[in-house]
Amino acid sequence: MIETENLTKKFGQLAAIDGLTFNVEEGEVFGFLGPNGAGKTTTMRILACLISKTSGEARIAGYDVGNRLDSLEIRKIIGLLPENPGLYDELSAYKNLDFYGKLYECTETQRKDNIKYFLNMLGIWDKRDDTAGMFSKGMKQKLAIARALIHEPKILFLDEPTANLDPESSKTVRDFILELKKEKKTIFLNTHNLDEAQRICDKIGIFNTKLLAIGTPEELEESVWGNKTVIQLEQVTDKILKALYRLSLGNIATDKNKLIIEVVNPEKENPIIVDSIVGAGGQVQYVTKLSPTLEDAYLKFVREE
Amino acid sequence: MKLWKAWVIATKDFSIFRNKKRVLYTLIILPLLFSIGLPLIITNYANPTAKIIIIASTAISLLDFYSFFYIILAFILPITLASYSIISEKIEHSLEPLLATPTTDGEILLGKSIASFLPSVAMIYIGSIIFMVLSDAVTYNKIGYLFFPNWTMAIILLLVVPFTSILSVELNVIISSRVSDVRTAGQLGTLLIIPFIGVYALLEANIASLNIINLFVILTILFIADAFLFYISKAVFSRDEILTKWR
Repeated sequence: MIETENLTKKFGQLAAIDGLTFNVEEGEVFGFLGPNGAGKTTTMRILACLISKTSGEARIAGYDVGNRLDSLEIRKIIGLLPENPGLYDELSAYKNLDFYGKLYECTETQRKDNIKYFLNMLGIWDKRDDTAGMFSKGMKQKLAIARALIHEPKILFLDEPTANLDPESSKTVRDFILELKKEKKTIFLNTHNLDEAQRICDKIGIFNTKLLAIGTPEELEESVWGNKTVIQLEQVTDKILKALYRLSLGNIATDKNKLIIEVVNPEKENPIIVDSIVGAGGQVQYVTKLSPTLEDAYLKFVREE
Repeated sequence: MKLWKAWVIATKDFSIFRNKKRVLYTLIILPLLFSIGLPLIITNYANPTAKIIIIASTAISLLDFYSFFYIILAFILPITLASYSIISEKIEHSLEPLLATPTTDGEILLGKSIASFLPSVAMIYIGSIIFMVLSDAVTYNKIGYLFFPNWTMAIILLLVVPFTSILSVELNVIISSRVSDVRTAGQLGTLLIIPFIGVYALLEANIASLNIINLFVILTILFIADAFLFYISKAVFSRDEILTKWR
């Protein structure tokens, strides 16, 4: 549904996007992670046909992003939620949406039905006649989401949808995105929020001018390290460590009375490790699995770069 | 180009203007001030008990002279509205979602231009009718005939005012790409009124008169300036420029 090949954007000599290649399948939620100034918003703007690319290819639902006529077709099938809601504060919530519905060439019935449906879903139908200027940040964001959906787009571009929202509003927005995911919308999500990306996204790209890694959240997490077993002992002694070194395991680290051991096959290796510890006079208090998080993966790729 | 889309954008701006008191006051008060104030000045001169009593020929030149104020008004009003129409969208970050709709740059620019042009020209026409009626009422006894309507005023209202308004909107688009607050845009726009003040000074000093030939000279200059600025404003008002270069 969304494909790029060697996509590059330069501002003067400075490359904001350098040879970006990826693809997002229909109905997939793609999380685009990266630090501030990484070029995430620029990528989104190029894909939404708002700014031009310097070189490379980008296609949305088969339409060429660089082509003037295709770009009008692309804008009909995409919905954009920019970083700032950008609503008309003097107009009511209803009129804000009605205006965009007209520009998206929706019929009057379609506009009426969709405005009611989305405002109801987002819990702000009762506020439809209030001017957007009176809305709280969370309500404005909800209204901006409704605006992005008013023409029932196939593809959604969401730029930091929960940034600056309180936890409750963030949850409402996140739940709504999950609803859209169930409806099989293709979603391109720019975010800093790793927890959000992990919960929502099917696939994640870690990006800092260049694409550093791409995969499912699980694939990215596993790429940081394999499996690690954490064993809490009453006391870590030299005898225990010597016994473990004899097993030719992966890296063994200690943290006070805790052993952190890299294992290849935990189901097979963990009982042997525990036996060795007990055999060396150690007292095992508990054994747990240490899983890398998306944050570990993100930091690894961004720092390595 | 889908003209109805430009109209949708313009009507949205009309709704916003209606809710912005400052815009509304500028749009209504300024033309009314000119339209009632100028005949009042003539009334004062026309009064037999006044210290300076004007003769018929002076009254005629005064009326001609005051007609020029409508050209100045045609420059001031659209630039004020265009400042709000374009810069407000820029400040409130509403340009990005607008540009993301299947609307061409030309349709958006036309919509914005209509939003600034139509209310300004409409108010100038309403104001000029009040001015002409009041002026005729106070000068009829002095000059012996109804001075308005006349060809000079017809050319001013039907040709010079629209061309000046277009110039004003185009200049504002260019200014809007370089400044990021309504007040600065308004001030810069007002500075560009200097050439009009120059013409006004020539009229005042009796170096030039507001006859039909001179009006056509002004019209030609305006036409050339409009055509030239059209290309610049069109180049400035592109998605790429707005999102990457506009300050």
